[in-house]
Amino acid sequence: MTQYTPSSSEPGQRPPSFWNSSHGLSSWLFTLDHKRIGVMYLAFVWFAFMLGGVFALLVRTELLTAGKTIVDPDTYNQLFTLHGAVMVFLVIIPSIPASLGNIILPIQLGAKDVAFPRINLASFYIYVIGALIALYSIFSGAVDTGWTFYTPYSTTSNSSVSTMVLAAFILGFSSIFTGLNFIATVHRLRAPGMTFFRMPLFVWALYATSVIQILATPVLGITLLLLIAERVLHVGIFDPALGGDPVLFQHFFWFYSHPAVYIMIVPGFGVVSDLISTFSRKAIFGYRAIALSSIGIAIVGFLVWGHHMFTSGQSELAGMIFSGLTFLIAIPTAIKVLNWIATLYKGSIVLRTPMWYTLGFLWLFTIGGLTGLYLATMSLDLHLHDTYFVVAHFHYVMMGGTMFAFIGGLHYWWPKFTGKMYSEKLGNWACALAFIGFNLTFGSQFFLGVAGMPRRYYNYLPQFEPLHQLSTIGSYILGFGFFLTLVCLLRSLKSGTDAGDNPWEATTLEWKTSSPPPLENFLGQPTVDRGPYDRAAGGGH
Amino acid sequence: MSNPARTYHHAHHFPSAQDESEAAKLGMWVFLATEILLFSGLFMAYASYRYTHPEMFKTVHQLLDWKLGAVNTMVLIFSSLTMALSVRSAQLSKQGQTVGFLAITLLCGAAFLVVKYFEYSHKFHLGTLPGGGPLGHWNPDYAALTAEHGADFVAKLKSVESPHIFIGIYFLMTGLHGVHVIIGMLAITWALVRSMRGDFSSKYFFPVECVGLYWHLVDLIWIYLFPLLYLVG
Repeated sequence: MTQYTPSSSEPGQRPPSFWNSSHGLSSWLFTLDHKRIGVMYLAFVWFAFMLGGVFALLVRTELLTAGKTIVDPDTYNQLFTLHGAVMVFLVIIPSIPASLGNIILPIQLGAKDVAFPRINLASFYIYVIGALIALYSIFSGAVDTGWTFYTPYSTTSNSSVSTMVLAAFILGFSSIFTGLNFIATVHRLRAPGMTFFRMPLFVWALYATSVIQILATPVLGITLLLLIAERVLHVGIFDPALGGDPVLFQHFFWFYSHPAVYIMIVPGFGVVSDLISTFSRKAIFGYRAIALSSIGIAIVGFLVWGHHMFTSGQSELAGMIFSGLTFLIAIPTAIKVLNWIATLYKGSIVLRTPMWYTLGFLWLFTIGGLTGLYLATMSLDLHLHDTYFVVAHFHYVMMGGTMFAFIGGLHYWWPKFTGKMYSEKLGNWACALAFIGFNLTFGSQFFLGVAGMPRRYYNYLPQFEPLHQLSTIGSYILGFGFFLTLVCLLRSLKSGTDAGDNPWEATTLEWKTSSPPPLENFLGQPTVDRGPYDRAAGGGH
Repeated sequence: MSNPARTYHHAHHFPSAQDESEAAKLGMWVFLATEILLFSGLFMAYASYRYTHPEMFKTVHQLLDWKLGAVNTMVLIFSSLTMALSVRSAQLSKQGQTVGFLAITLLCGAAFLVVKYFEYSHKFHLGTLPGGGPLGHWNPDYAALTAEHGADFVAKLKSVESPHIFIGIYFLMTGLHGVHVIIGMLAITWALVRSMRGDFSSKYFFPVECVGLYWHLVDLIWIYLFPLLYLVG
């Protein structure tokens, strides 16, 4: 209770919210307010999500029957490449940090803004420019290499590889700027009394993510520059025809892109930690273990990239080391999952939409994580490598993990930053449909993969048809579920009831200010004298 | 004395000017970490091919003029000194000195680029450019090379495997570094203009400090590039 006392508590005297603090288009385009930048990011991420989703549905529709269903093989290659590139670079990587993180992180710390508001705005515009270049590449001969741009095909393909690679390079800067901002904000703008171990776990997760973004993204940058140099100048570093080594490209690529997997999932861990505590009406179990395991994942995550190359001709010794390190990463991850389950134990669980997404996350992420261990086993990976098993595995983590956490977090913080409560009924239906559709789509793909169906193939043997059709039907249900989510949230802006400042009886600092918050988040400087999930003395009402 | 109209007020989302300065410097250090990792990919490519093609590296590096490289190394080390002195002057509110040292640093950057221009144009002249195969630009003028380096060297150059890869790595590393020199010079120009306006004083000088940190990193990367590329034999 002593955390924050607004200097005026009369509703009539409240300052305008950040939505109304200034008006006109330019007040948004040139805003330095972290919440407005976060909202703009959110809109673009959703747009990209729908675009990537349409590509996914087209891919699934093509796979409804063996042979040609709707598109020819070249278009199919472009569709799955665009789906992957859009979802990775435009959706999942910026999703939680740049939208929800931007809006919520400074408020959770009791800060007025992020450390560098202008760099924050620059990050958004760099994202938009990168996104536009990526879109342009679609019309100038869409890429067909897969989102991994493996050489030597990517150095010889006639599709617009250079354009898409340039887009990914530019998007990297946006990601770096966000990470840089969060690190400086966490170090320098915590409210008085907010020690590191009083920070909400969402902040811890974003901090660990930022460290990975800072250290990994530049390596992707130089890799992509080298790829462009290879295509334009024929430097010969990656092209075997010119004396180069294509496996070197894979090392470079995965040195970024495996840590990038943690850039994608660790923010989701943060969301889930906050949500589980709130909706169990209980302090999180094992706060420090969860906080530090994020850092553990960030560190070990840098040492496992070679498990993408078990079949690329790296030495057996290297394979064994990478396999062992990959198993190691299961430890900090399991620490989190077990602590979340321990938090649920004897909690007063409140089943609202964000909590349904959280439970969905727990289920799906656990499947995704455990199947990762299958793939980390070298002998098994020889069979499963580049099959639908891998596709199912990483969709369970990226989609079932990150996107469920993202949408759960979105429902959770929606009343905070819009001031409106969405329809619980519609939200629950959307979540249920997404969960069922997801399991149909990707659960079936585990079986396809074990049976030997290779990923990225245009055609398949007749015996795979039933499972492919199940998967495609599931993807329609999944797509409809996400569409319903969008309807549910947007409708609340018009017809939602006023949410109130703390509809969830949550304990972290963002729920102590008004919904939506004013321009600089708090009226006066909040101070902190207890942990983030401490309910004993006065969280909630 | 600085113009009183330009008395600095720290950005209001920071509790104090001290906090703002610390945050800016932290941000700069984090950014420098990303820069090092950006170059790390090139250093790895270098290490990888140096390991698999030691003879080729030893031979092809002789195409580089170590004397010009040494001159540039001196120029950049000297510019690091003047950069550090300009930060010191800003800290002591000595506006005239700050402006002077920043100007010298800027001139050093320009001198570096001029030397680099002569090195590059010589390679364009000789056709020792990146890119193998029919589409690449590795197309040496062996007659001119014989005149410059002797017949033994040219025979060696013709015999080693993938000489274009060393030149490719050379151009990528020095090219990316050159881009950083230009960005650094733009940053110094910005600090110079603000310094001439009298923006900086002992109470507010972290922008000069951040520009300085960046410039030192640009120098530091060159200090690694010089021996790795020019003195590798």
